[in-house]
Amino acid sequence: MNKINSIRKDWSLIETLIAQDRKILDIGCGDGGLMEQLENNRNAITHGIELNRDLAANAIARGFNVVHGNAELDLSQYSNNSFDYVILSQTLQAMMKPKDILSELLRIGSKAIVSFPNFGHWKIRLQLLISGKMPVTESLPYTWYDTPNIHFFTIKDFLNLCNEMNIVIEKSIGLTSKGKQFDISESVTGVNFFTHEAIFLLSYKSFEPIKIKSSKKVFAKNSVIAN
Amino acid sequence: MNTKFTTDTKLESEIAYFENINLKLESGDIIDSFKLAFKTYGKLNTDKTNAILVCHALTGDQYVAGNNPITGREGWWSRMVGPNKPIDTNKFFVICSNVLGGCAGSTGPKELQNGSDVAYGGNFPSVTIKDMVKAQCLLIESLNIEKLFSVIGGSMGAMQALQWAIDFPDKILNIIHIAGALKHSAQNIAFHEVGRQAIMSDPIWKNGKYFENNEVPERGLSVARMIAHITYLSEDAMHRKFGRKLQSRDIISFGFDADFQVESYLRYQGKSFVERFDANSYLYLTRAMDYFDHDETFKKNIEFSHNPNNHIKYLIVSFTSDWLFPTIESKMIVNQLNSLSREVSFLEIDTDKGHDSFLLEEPQLDDVIKGFLTNNFAKIDE
Repeated sequence: MNKINSIRKDWSLIETLIAQDRKILDIGCGDGGLMEQLENNRNAITHGIELNRDLAANAIARGFNVVHGNAELDLSQYSNNSFDYVILSQTLQAMMKPKDILSELLRIGSKAIVSFPNFGHWKIRLQLLISGKMPVTESLPYTWYDTPNIHFFTIKDFLNLCNEMNIVIEKSIGLTSKGKQFDISESVTGVNFFTHEAIFLLSYKSFEPIKIKSSKKVFAKNSVIAN
Repeated sequence: MNTKFTTDTKLESEIAYFENINLKLESGDIIDSFKLAFKTYGKLNTDKTNAILVCHALTGDQYVAGNNPITGREGWWSRMVGPNKPIDTNKFFVICSNVLGGCAGSTGPKELQNGSDVAYGGNFPSVTIKDMVKAQCLLIESLNIEKLFSVIGGSMGAMQALQWAIDFPDKILNIIHIAGALKHSAQNIAFHEVGRQAIMSDPIWKNGKYFENNEVPERGLSVARMIAHITYLSEDAMHRKFGRKLQSRDIISFGFDADFQVESYLRYQGKSFVERFDANSYLYLTRAMDYFDHDETFKKNIEFSHNPNNHIKYLIVSFTSDWLFPTIESKMIVNQLNSLSREVSFLEIDTDKGHDSFLLEEPQLDDVIKGFLTNNFAKIDE
């Protein structure tokens, strides 16, 4: 798959994870391609952030609500739960602090959609094993000294992080390098070997509301219990 | 409301007279009657949905496009406003009025006081951005326009656009806010103060009564303009334009002539400004900008406004080399709008032309303004 097709495929899978009439923030929205698709097909209200000046200008000129800025600095300005979905497509591996970003996504969105190239794919493992050099593939096409991707991780790493952060994986979709689609199941070993790209729908674990009784009223509060 | 309209052939402007209207200003002063000089471009459509108000900057006027009879030159934003231009007058009805306190035909210090044959001069009441917008809103109402599609402005014009969103949110659909801020910064107030001091220390100023002897405090006003003009440029742009190049000479004079091109340029800017602008107006309008401050109040104002303002779309634009209204100031607005989940777009344009960039050739500015207007207009037109 070439890069463009791979992004289109990514978008159409993201679309399947999104309900009608929702409010969405697309981080790294480019010129608004995914936003357009979700407005047209899901009647979504969309907002975007784009780091690249020219892409941001294009998106604004195309009529989208796009803020030219850096997600790692600017996400803090959004209020809690201001979006139904926050999308981070093919970018987590380029973030300075992926863990912080992940918790920001789920602070400002009820749900987060994250997609990334799997560094555990067999081709990558094989390249490193045989050549002893940093792998260069279709989904990770950069040389080590000239790559925006600074945090490489595998599906297994990601699942461990989600577990550690009390993040629930509501849905997960894997793609093979041939573009074949499948559910990423519990059997992580095989999946981690064959998944070329992965897309996850995430939310926080929901907890039973704690009811506090006072003499007159009942207060209810959604509380997160640490471990 | 009884608004009288006339055409001033000398000013090539429409004049709207608001008589016995008792306009209460932010200072508490009341202007019983006033007039606004304005220009319109394009045609208002039958549903009256295509009106755009353009707000001018400190030394601007109602002559956005076409001929400016005061300077004999093209309007200040003729590259942006006109048929098939980014603000397309084939599609939109564009209104621009000279601000209250201005000197191109609207009521201001150089106009005669109501019912007398003496000009206001220093007796003109202090006006603020809020007062200017209040007057503009009366004009829009008297033109029978219920809702403006957009309010657009740069610099002091951006302040007015923001004020519209705060004071009359139900009368607008979107704003385009260029090179502005929530407040006038300490540094900006400082530059304005130097300009005002230059005017007031000119012996001809005479407490603002220079018109009594038919004189103009040219020295003071031109120095004020020279200082201000420096703040509108950037070091890079000045270096690119002038460097240390000498003016009409091969060697330095060891004197105080305009040896350098940059000096000659500034002197020319000062001189030509005096011919078109009133010194008292300059005092009042710089003061209006100084008093502009929504730093603490903007968010509360739009969050808890009794007027609905959720629908407003914001386009905020800044320029990398603008040190008068730097990007950080625009980002504060974006930040506050984002924290309220409002529909906001923001772009920082990469240019070395400084604060004045919004008046100059910046293709990306043209693109976003054109696209923003066209696409959002298509949405309401559906």
